[in-house]
Amino acid sequence: MPLKRNVSFWEGLKYKGGGPMWAWILHRLSGLGILLFVGLHVLAAFLTAQFGSDAGIAINVVYESWAFQIIVYFSILFHAINGLRVIVLDFWPALLEYEREAIWAEWSVIVPIFGLATYIIITKALGG
Amino acid sequence: MRARSIPKIFSFEYIMWLFMRISGLAMYVFALTGLTIALIMGARTQMDMGTLLRWTFFPIGTHVTSSDILVLEQWINPFWSIMQYLTIIFATMHGTNGLRMVIEDYMDAGWGVHVLRGLLLIAWLFMLLVAFNLIQTTGAV
Repeated sequence: MPLKRNVSFWEGLKYKGGGPMWAWILHRLSGLGILLFVGLHVLAAFLTAQFGSDAGIAINVVYESWAFQIIVYFSILFHAINGLRVIVLDFWPALLEYEREAIWAEWSVIVPIFGLATYIIITKALGG
Repeated sequence: MRARSIPKIFSFEYIMWLFMRISGLAMYVFALTGLTIALIMGARTQMDMGTLLRWTFFPIGTHVTSSDILVLEQWINPFWSIMQYLTIIFATMHGTNGLRMVIEDYMDAGWGVHVLRGLLLIAWLFMLLVAFNLIQTTGAV
């Protein structure tokens, strides 16, 4: 059966799914982002180590920039902590009743850990 | 996008569903092991936050040799090579299967799915080969 969508992408984003919907979207985006990052990183490191390729070194400069580190750090941290929530709720379905509370708990863990590391990385990048 | 059908026990989808959760927990174990041992080995005073995070995500020597570590042998040895192999195998399987799930959410059942799975399998094996080569050449003493 072919896929039929009656709503546009932007209409779909207006769906009021709340926290769980945004967690689902962010989980996909961060997962795809990590995959892209890890794939490129392994390839660039391989090119540098094997051939001393300039392309590999150029990509490495991007990885080592502090802005890139912050984005990758957020993706991995969110994917890891949201993934832990998914695992806990999947293995103990009785807890699904508290899904929204679990998402609030999740953000209350992510924000301090992300904020602290980001603060340190930025102050260091700005010559602190 | 359509709802997934309920998988039969020990169907491919069920096994991958279980694998995603188990490999997720396994990566927690790898990352926390790397972070804990790094701190015991003196990371707190010998490297900055970014370097420590790079090591936590993947414990390869090239991630920390630019820092102020004192004993190189502690950071580059067979134990960390094993951790690298385990991390790369679980992480790439987890990632490849995640990509497969995302793509198949937008695909219809049919021959296209089998072609795609074949391509993803090849891409995964290629990435494993490249990563293994990298670990062999730069991850060992």
